[in-house]
Amino acid sequence: MPVWDSTFQLVLLGALLIGCTSGVLGTFAVLRKRSLLGDALAHAALPGVALAFMLTQSKALPVLLTGASLSGVIGVLLIQVIVTYTRIKADAALGIVLSVFFGGGIVLLTHIQQSAVGNQSGLDKFLFGQAASIVASDLYAMSVMVVVVLVLVGLFFKEFSALIFDPGFLASIGFAPRLVDLLLMSLIVLTVMVGLQAVGVILVAAMLITPAVSARFWTNDLLRMVLISAFIGGLSGAAGAWISALAPRIPTGPVMVLVATGVFVVSAFVAPSRGLIARWRRLRGNHWRENTQHFLRACVELQEQADTDLSVIALTDLAQVMHEPLYRVRRLAKHLAKNGKIESTDEGAKLTTKGYDDAVFVLKSHRLWEYYLVYRSILEEDHVDRSADEVEHILTPQIIERLEAILVEENIDVENVTSIHATDSGFRKAGQDA
Amino acid sequence: MAHAIDDATIPIHIHDMTVAYHKKPVLWDVDLAVPEGKLVGIVGPNGAGKSTMIKAIMDLVPKASGWVRIYGQPYARMRQTIGYVPQRESVDWDFPIRALDVVLMGRYGHVGWLRRPGKIDREIAESALEKVGMADYRDRQINQLSGGQQQRVFLARALAQDARVYLMDEPFAGVDAATERAIIEILMELRSRDKTMLVVHHDLQTVNQYFDWLVLINMRVVAAGDTATVFTEENLNKTYGGRLTLLSDAAQAVADHQRGVS
Repeated sequence: MPVWDSTFQLVLLGALLIGCTSGVLGTFAVLRKRSLLGDALAHAALPGVALAFMLTQSKALPVLLTGASLSGVIGVLLIQVIVTYTRIKADAALGIVLSVFFGGGIVLLTHIQQSAVGNQSGLDKFLFGQAASIVASDLYAMSVMVVVVLVLVGLFFKEFSALIFDPGFLASIGFAPRLVDLLLMSLIVLTVMVGLQAVGVILVAAMLITPAVSARFWTNDLLRMVLISAFIGGLSGAAGAWISALAPRIPTGPVMVLVATGVFVVSAFVAPSRGLIARWRRLRGNHWRENTQHFLRACVELQEQADTDLSVIALTDLAQVMHEPLYRVRRLAKHLAKNGKIESTDEGAKLTTKGYDDAVFVLKSHRLWEYYLVYRSILEEDHVDRSADEVEHILTPQIIERLEAILVEENIDVENVTSIHATDSGFRKAGQDA
Repeated sequence: MAHAIDDATIPIHIHDMTVAYHKKPVLWDVDLAVPEGKLVGIVGPNGAGKSTMIKAIMDLVPKASGWVRIYGQPYARMRQTIGYVPQRESVDWDFPIRALDVVLMGRYGHVGWLRRPGKIDREIAESALEKVGMADYRDRQINQLSGGQQQRVFLARALAQDARVYLMDEPFAGVDAATERAIIEILMELRSRDKTMLVVHHDLQTVNQYFDWLVLINMRVVAAGDTATVFTEENLNKTYGGRLTLLSDAAQAVADHQRGVS
């Protein structure tokens, strides 16, 4: 348990502020597909930190961050220049600038560490971040920047969202997307700079990206996404500062990022509708629906073939028709019995009225689709059954109606379509003998 | 065409306009004066510069030469008289926003910087959604809408702009038959209120039925005027015949020359 004193409160508050701001701006950066630019920006900031110290011998945060911003922005502009004037693509340009600036920064930093004054400079904290190094004056500077950033985001929320969704339209109504974009980018720069001290140049981009992509799983609304992302960012920031305070040698940045990543993993799995589990359940649901529909269709088909009033259908027969192992057919029968579609007896399954209606609907979609494909000569006859198998589950009553209308137009007896399927593959193309 | 540059009766007046992308001309010497209250189709092959023409009218792409006037004024001064429907594929429909919020963007031009759309704007947006038959979907996220519904939302946004001139980039592309009917009905209703519409269109079969005025383009204006007189086989041959015409070869040569490639 870290000592709960004013120093620790300061650190916690700082980490919280950084996390929230990164979360807010990260939402816009991610949606604007600029997440990697934040990474380049942060790495390119390192030589600026070192140079600012070498020139001023001061380690006041505003001085260092000014240097950081300048070299970060120069780095990003350099990427633009490379992309515009050479054939090098954006990703390669980003890689070049990021590594060159970061390499240069490390060289300068090592040089400073080895000099007499540099030893105590503590500039190396900018690599992985050290929230514990936040002092009261740092917090004041940070708070001012954070307030400025958040107020501007609030004021330009409408412009930012329109810029990201439809810049062409924004331009057409006279909002100068370049200007809006420049403002957004500047705010992202400020946010990254605020986070540098506590999170470090290497990982600060992760605090921009991870809370935002996690938030995306939970909502389809921009404002909510911003708020959720701010919450996740703040939580990760505070938790990171807390955990790293337990063991002072653990740098803060990696811990924050690990916490944020934890939230991301949980979000990716359990979020409703967009989460992996929800998607998997939807897919499984579809699968179940398809299988039960096959089951019902097989029932009526068997009844037809038997040509007698076969009320109870043996599960073994069904298994054969459906090309499914018996245990699966049993499971389906159990499921259908529970839903009142069939009555399960020792000898087999018996369709209820409800089940029969469902079965006839599936059969009808299946056959109408078969007819449609064959009469339109879209597919050869022996390919048709499979295609209809897949499609029968997704045809809506509206589509069926339209199919019927088309087939009626072509003089096909739609009313009797469910009882035509006499032979194994069912029907013949017009003019062909059985 | 002998119209004065400040002729305030012409909704869209283009004079000697050439547009180039990366030094490569895509539209040459366009002259056009669209009369008011017409539903105008812009028809031509892929790469003919249809979208470019619409974008150039709104200053979204720079002009290499020439000028455009909206009711005799430069576009920048007449923004509020124009409604714009961009191509549906030009935006990311997974963006987290509701249908109504997209339509509200149509009010931003009237609202201006920093201010939020007010109650009246909201009402206008809602009635625009209703007009396109999407009132029930106002709170639906746009990624849950079908292609046709997305296109209707875009149209509703343009209606919310409350304009006199509408520029539409392929509003019928990839929509279902019901949406196509709904859209054309709205366009005809707009025409009956003397609005002018410039519509990029692909389907030659419906040209006669939809448009009373037609612009055939293929990097230049091949023909423009009443559909009845312009929509002829001869003109279509001129528009579609031989994609790689002398003009596009020349454009490539110009581009190569300017970029220093030989």
